[in-house]
Amino acid sequence: MTGMAPAFPAIRKALPQIGALAVVLLANWLVFPGFFDIRLQDGRLFGSVVDVFVRGAPVALLALGMTLVIATKGIDLSVGAVMAIAGAVAASMTNAGHGLPLTILAAIGVGLVCGLWNGMLVALLRIQPIVATLILMVAGRGIAQLITEGQIITFVDPALIFLAGGSFLSIPMPVVLVILMFVLTLLLVRATALGLMIEAIGVNLLSSAYSGVNTKVVLIAVYGWAGICAAVAGLVVAADIHGADANNAGLWLELDAILASVIGGTSLLGGRFNITLALLGALIIQAMNTGILLSGFRPEFNLVVKALVVLAVLLFQSPQLMGMLRVTFRRAPK
Amino acid sequence: MNQRTFPLFVTAAVFALAYAFCLSRFPAFASTRVFANLLTDNAFLGIVAVGMTFVIISGGIDLSVGSVIAFTGVFLAIMIERVHVNPWLAFVMILIIAALFGAGMGAIIHFLRMPPFIVTLAGMFLARGMSFVLTADSIPINHPLYAQLNELVIRLPGGGRLTLIAVVMLLVFAGGIVLAHFTRFGSYVYALGGNRTSAELMGVPVASATIRIYVLSSVLAAVSGIVFSLYTSAGYSLAATGVELDTIAAVIIGGTLLTGGSGYVIGTFVGILIQGLIQTYITFDGTLSSWWTKIAIGILLFAFIALQRVVTMAWPMRRVQAA
Repeated sequence: MTGMAPAFPAIRKALPQIGALAVVLLANWLVFPGFFDIRLQDGRLFGSVVDVFVRGAPVALLALGMTLVIATKGIDLSVGAVMAIAGAVAASMTNAGHGLPLTILAAIGVGLVCGLWNGMLVALLRIQPIVATLILMVAGRGIAQLITEGQIITFVDPALIFLAGGSFLSIPMPVVLVILMFVLTLLLVRATALGLMIEAIGVNLLSSAYSGVNTKVVLIAVYGWAGICAAVAGLVVAADIHGADANNAGLWLELDAILASVIGGTSLLGGRFNITLALLGALIIQAMNTGILLSGFRPEFNLVVKALVVLAVLLFQSPQLMGMLRVTFRRAPK
Repeated sequence: MNQRTFPLFVTAAVFALAYAFCLSRFPAFASTRVFANLLTDNAFLGIVAVGMTFVIISGGIDLSVGSVIAFTGVFLAIMIERVHVNPWLAFVMILIIAALFGAGMGAIIHFLRMPPFIVTLAGMFLARGMSFVLTADSIPINHPLYAQLNELVIRLPGGGRLTLIAVVMLLVFAGGIVLAHFTRFGSYVYALGGNRTSAELMGVPVASATIRIYVLSSVLAAVSGIVFSLYTSAGYSLAATGVELDTIAAVIIGGTLLTGGSGYVIGTFVGILIQGLIQTYITFDGTLSSWWTKIAIGILLFAFIALQRVVTMAWPMRRVQAA
């Protein structure tokens, strides 16, 4: 009994998300009976369920960084544009004849610089996160187009394409990258005191500064990490389409990433986060996307469904509404 | 000059400098034709920016406006071309729909105490999604009324043509200025943005004011959508993507404080003109690519936000010293 105690609350906390994912997957299976078929071909797993994981990888990667940012009571609107910049850098580096390690390093480095810029605006100039990151969201696509000179740069380098099309131990590479980044993030925030500091900042910036947290460094680091995550997501997307599209790479994905974090129970009011559940959130979003495609609805229908999901989550997160309900239920028996 | 008007003066100075620079490179910038086109091309942006100014002054944000513009265009195209409704009736219908939409968002923001950002994000998804559900095609509008309205122009000396939609924008700005500074609603908006709790204690009807602010924003987005459909003579569900960002940028460049409580509708007008000027200059130049527009707006945005920080940090101290 005592041995189960630590694991049990964690699973119980995740029950709504696991339930939602199960319902969406079940719905997918109902409209498309072959949904759970998985086959091994050329040493890589294929199938609709696998597709959910692979297609959901960019949003999952973004959600890792976004969750930490939201936990500090912030928001990062620029991650989609940063994806485009990282993709553009990777494509032009690989076409210039540089090897894969240098290409990846350059893309991630650029993502880190973008993240640090956001972090400095938020931490040092104390600009509201939504506005600070809006600057890069607007200018970022311009910068990406500057790198690609307004064109879609395509590349044929098999090493870079491997990041999306390849597999490791028959697991598709995007999923491997998500797992890698997830473990790294988890180690960073839960094996150290960093996660606690992030939550402290989200609850109250001033009092955490008074209790000795170096809020500026933590904030900048968190936005920097979001930039790195966005760069990895940008690499995956670029490798997937074999090219860098400055206009469309990562377009509106920042919203999906925010949605994934929020579905995962991260409070928009800061101070509470759960990266594992954010990943589940990303999976739920992608499973809905896939389901809508499989059921033959137009993909645009997605937006309406997403709007309803956001509304539902809002209602659940609202302390006011929950308070009202609690009062009603308490009164009901009398 | 004080803390409130200082950003406005800077905006005006930037516009004057930018205009002088354009003029030195291309003398044609002095012609009424270029200026009238500047107004016409940015009419829809200007109209929606008036609503955004009120939202931001009240301390909120509205991400749904671009989608509402697209929805309006698609709705009008379907109603006029497929259902054959009288365009005037279709205009009234969409304005009512938009008002209800804005009221819904305002109510959720107020009663559920949810951040405006996430609520209007849901609104953005919903409006964009609904226009896709109506149709994914671009539908041309060939109704004779559209041709008539587009022919209504005031000819200016020097060959400029002040179009109907430009006049509508100027009227909306005039209305916005009156609403902000000469009505009770206007002072509620400033009070809400200054400090919500004290506004409530002072007796501002917070609920109805919040709801009316978002109704205003959505209705103006629908007006902007009508203007946009006149401008393009079509309805397309992918139209006006990213307009919410351009609008927010114009409002900030116009000197409105993002923390709320301070700003001027006329500043937003100058902000719109600055953005239009950059675009016109890039078109005139011909060698610069269009993505420079985004970078230039990004730089301006940063400059003005940094300026706001400096202003808000510097002024309160001086006030304390004076007292």
